[in-house]
Amino acid sequence: MPIIRAEKLGFNYVQYNDENEAPETIKAIRDIDLSIEKGSFVAILGHNGSGKSTLAKQMNALLMPTSGTMWVDGIDTAGEDELWKVRQKAGMVFQNPDNQIIGTVVDEDVAFGPENLGMPTDDIWTRVDDALSKVGMLGFRDRSPNRLSGGQKQRVAIAGVVAMHPECIVLDEPTAMLDPNGRREVLEVARELNRKEGVTVILITHYMEEVIYADHVYVMDLGKIVMEGTPREVFSRVDELKALKLTVPQVTELAYELKKAGVKIPDGIITPEELVEALCAIR
Amino acid sequence: MLIEIQDLCYTYGEGTVYEVMALDHVNLKIGEGEFIGVIGHTGSGKSTLIQHLNGLIKPTSGRILFEGKDIWEEGYDRRSLRTHVGLVFQYPENQLFETDVLTDVMFGPKNEGLTKEECEQRAKMALRQVGISEDLYKVSPFELSGGQKRRVAVAGVLAMDPEVLILDEPTAGLDPGGRNELLNQIKYLRDKRGITVILVSHSMEDMAVYANRLIVVHEGKIAYDDTPRNVFTHHRELEKMGLSAPQITYVMHDLKARGLEVDTRALTVNEAARSILMALSLRKSMKTAEAQEKQD
Repeated sequence: MPIIRAEKLGFNYVQYNDENEAPETIKAIRDIDLSIEKGSFVAILGHNGSGKSTLAKQMNALLMPTSGTMWVDGIDTAGEDELWKVRQKAGMVFQNPDNQIIGTVVDEDVAFGPENLGMPTDDIWTRVDDALSKVGMLGFRDRSPNRLSGGQKQRVAIAGVVAMHPECIVLDEPTAMLDPNGRREVLEVARELNRKEGVTVILITHYMEEVIYADHVYVMDLGKIVMEGTPREVFSRVDELKALKLTVPQVTELAYELKKAGVKIPDGIITPEELVEALCAIR
Repeated sequence: MLIEIQDLCYTYGEGTVYEVMALDHVNLKIGEGEFIGVIGHTGSGKSTLIQHLNGLIKPTSGRILFEGKDIWEEGYDRRSLRTHVGLVFQYPENQLFETDVLTDVMFGPKNEGLTKEECEQRAKMALRQVGISEDLYKVSPFELSGGQKRRVAVAGVLAMDPEVLILDEPTAGLDPGGRNELLNQIKYLRDKRGITVILVSHSMEDMAVYANRLIVVHEGKIAYDDTPRNVFTHHRELEKMGLSAPQITYVMHDLKARGLEVDTRALTVNEAARSILMALSLRKSMKTAEAQEKQD
């Protein structure tokens, strides 16, 4: 069964003018059909304003569809009684770690979620220990979050979600504010959770290099899904992506330029290793 | 020299248990019209460094000279320094607050005491420079897209008509299209108006394309200060500092290690493609020559 399924999903923002009339309806997403399998790693690409974040917020019922239906693990997100269930199944991590950390000590911050579930104290701490060790931050449990690096803060934010035992984690540009090291750390944690714990990961990003690990990629434009496939399939459509204000990893672009110049290498090269192998294989 | 940093030290929380030396005897000279990239991992001291340049932070020791004058000397007009050295913070769109785009951009010049007409003129010029069209002047800044907001915020600083523009990660969170657009605008300003640009970024690929001097800050010290091409030859050392080189650099080094005679100093996709094509054809002609020798 798919963990996330959307059918003809649409969402409209209503824009008011100075006189408080509502003259304009903006269709942030429209007619999206989508099915994400349990345990998969999915990436969503698209330029600013293409509807990625609106779609992501539908996945844990921060927004509800204005048309169509969204199911999270079989639960219709429009049913208000099920709201908390949906949010437990799908956790969300945002771009700016400073906006999502509230505790004054790392482990207290991670405990916030489970505490709100009304669990016995011992169980809360078991969950906190477990979540912190999964993101590799157990050694920092007594620290103050504001003395951590960006990558570490973001891992604490992910631990906060992991402590809720979600089926699925939605990461909305989690690396936009991080340095290369921080970016690596966060990506590694996301991949580990996916591989070892079987958590479904949905990653929204503007860094094409982060997408190559995904099982499946969706590309959005004007609130619709305009392209999908494996990273290899999507990244072999260089010109189309550029027309959508997106790009491809630098190696993919290099491979594409070389191919255009007549070098015999395969389509859809996405890692430096693949390109090096392909070029060394030419006799 | 436009800006000179002499023996700059800065300590956070001096005299407390949290004392951290963020900058450790930094010396730096910045000339007019340079496009300087600054890289360093989170906590390396790079933001502390740039905040010294317009007098937002007072050095613990050392001096900052702007056009030869010590900015912390008694009687120095630091308020007007800030109109000469414009600083665009991270996520500058969070600082938009006026009811429409034009008024927001006029805020800076208004505080300089210019007339309304002058302010408007300055604001319009700044908006043109960042590529915001006239039909957006009366729109609320909050209705703009992420990339547009970012550009309006940059215009707000440009309207002060600064000689130096410092940007702290201006492209964070922008899509690749918006990223290129903004950086091209900044490059254009530098080329056309001769503005000195200091750009802090985590994107090594962007640094390779735009900066003509790259400064690497590590543990409060300047680790490298050279052209991007020369700095990225130290890609192993950069990794130890939590940084990296552009993807291209790695490909070229691996190819060379595997015996293909490519230029490991190639910085852009085009340079790399050209070098690889040359190396491939060289290898091919050598092989043909070898084969012919064997036949003979």
